[in-house]
Amino acid sequence: MDFQPPIINLLIVAPLLITMGAGLFLMLLNIFCKRDGVYYWLTLAAIAAALVQNVAMWGHEYGTFIARGSYPMVVSDNFSVFLNSILLLSGIGTLLISRNYLHRTKLERPEFYMLMLFSLSGMMMMGMANDLILVFVALELLSIPLYIMAGLAVSRDDSKESAMKYFLLGAFSSGIFVYGIALIYGATGATALPAVYAVLEAGSPLAMAGTAFLMVGFAFKIGAVPFHMWTPDVYEGAPTVVTAFMSVGAKVAGFAALLRVFTVALPAMSDAWMGALALIAALTLIIGNVVALMQTNIKRMLGYSSIAHAGYLLIGVAAAGQHSEAVGSVLLYMLAYLFTTMGAFGVVIALEHKLGEGIMLEDYKGLAKRNPWLSAAMLVFMLSLTGVPPTGGFSGKFYIFRSAVEANLWWLAIIAIMTSVVSGYYYLRVVFYMYMFDGDRTEPVYAGTALKTGLLIALVGTLWLGFFPAGWFELAYKAVIGTTQLLAGG
Amino acid sequence: MSEITINSYVILSTILFVIGALGVLLRRNAIIVFMSIEMMLNAANLLFVAFSRHLGNLDGQVLVFFVITVAAAEVAVGLALIVAIFRTKKSIDIDTLNLMKG
Repeated sequence: MDFQPPIINLLIVAPLLITMGAGLFLMLLNIFCKRDGVYYWLTLAAIAAALVQNVAMWGHEYGTFIARGSYPMVVSDNFSVFLNSILLLSGIGTLLISRNYLHRTKLERPEFYMLMLFSLSGMMMMGMANDLILVFVALELLSIPLYIMAGLAVSRDDSKESAMKYFLLGAFSSGIFVYGIALIYGATGATALPAVYAVLEAGSPLAMAGTAFLMVGFAFKIGAVPFHMWTPDVYEGAPTVVTAFMSVGAKVAGFAALLRVFTVALPAMSDAWMGALALIAALTLIIGNVVALMQTNIKRMLGYSSIAHAGYLLIGVAAAGQHSEAVGSVLLYMLAYLFTTMGAFGVVIALEHKLGEGIMLEDYKGLAKRNPWLSAAMLVFMLSLTGVPPTGGFSGKFYIFRSAVEANLWWLAIIAIMTSVVSGYYYLRVVFYMYMFDGDRTEPVYAGTALKTGLLIALVGTLWLGFFPAGWFELAYKAVIGTTQLLAGG
Repeated sequence: MSEITINSYVILSTILFVIGALGVLLRRNAIIVFMSIEMMLNAANLLFVAFSRHLGNLDGQVLVFFVITVAAAEVAVGLALIVAIFRTKKSIDIDTLNLMKG
């Protein structure tokens, strides 16, 4: 038998290689260089370079790591370019809002930047993976650095506790996930997503069980009820910049892989998973939004809020079993979620004057007097999270609800609208505190240049998506129709 | 003695997986929880190898290497975290991790 090497085109994975290579380079640099600023700027440059390279790949469909007679393990199409852009922007956003914070809290260590680059590589790989085993490797590459980052404030008990909880539940979910892959492999003899699609028959019990296990694994990662228990604790205990990073990055990456796996490999089972996802979405919406009402810590509240937003996104995924436009609405929602969440965490970081202090809702009393600009920004972000027009959150929800109605998920759309109304109570409470009360502290809140830049970008993004959603939806939809495979489900 | 077929492996792997999952849910010692997670991963490995043999397709055996490697990376991080927790709490009972609630 003659050996033919697989077809490898490294240019296709260039954004990944840039972030990964930069991470390795920083590890090496750590031996010689102890100045923290260097790591910050190098990381920012690497992510910006990866973003440029990534955007340059828009409009093409590539595959690489192709063994003879099989499917590519990694694909780069408009879908992955769109998602990778969101992920890289979340990386830039995290860096901008972390600059002053890490300094102030004495957490600035080179490890933060390396781990972030590695985790970012894993996140990007999630959207590009075209093979279940690569999805698994990507999932671990994104999670393992995040476990360490959650415990970055190693002197604090809550940070260590959150890292431990995140680790145990994350490892548990990957055990379930890999068992699901094994079952799908047993049912089809394949792990490449298109190969699974080609072989899979509806109603095979092994594949049915495998799909259920994969769903549980993903539900853990995206923080969907009933697998959400870790989310609020980890969000509260981890340093706030890490919380910001994982609330966007880990969730977007989880949804990226969820969408690709379910719409490319498993459309044969779409009846089963549509129903299950719709049910999970409904539970996630109700529990996430109702429990958020009782929170007094803003990070914990944003944790439950991120659970609730996973619920809105899951509506889109469930509808994607019916028509591909729903995938576009999920992508648009993620973009809006990126800007809004990054911005909200930016304000939280500005107020956290000492590590773990200034993060209670009480601390927001009188913010309008202490820093009117910051509170105005927070007002926009809170309105956007609630879904009030003209903000990005409204546009995202509008398209998601429309796709739910088109997929005949009326009941789900009604639950989602009702829970959105409920969510208004806890988001607008923050606004109420900022403008209607006087707080104990009166000194002005200082925001550094990097943080201000980050907030400005988030604000512009949120409002732009709010005022002109149609163009953005076109773009998101192009990310789906440019991807022939995603349409396999019809 | 009945013949050993693919079914036997699937049953054995299911038993291992269930023991692992129950261990994670019921045991309170972090090390034992951790070992249970490893058992779940190895149940999947067994399934990969058994299916690989059954289907006459080597992909499954390659997959096992990926799973083992990832498990090793997880062990490195997990044990470090357990040590860090033990240093302050002098215990690795996961019920003592109760700073945050609600």
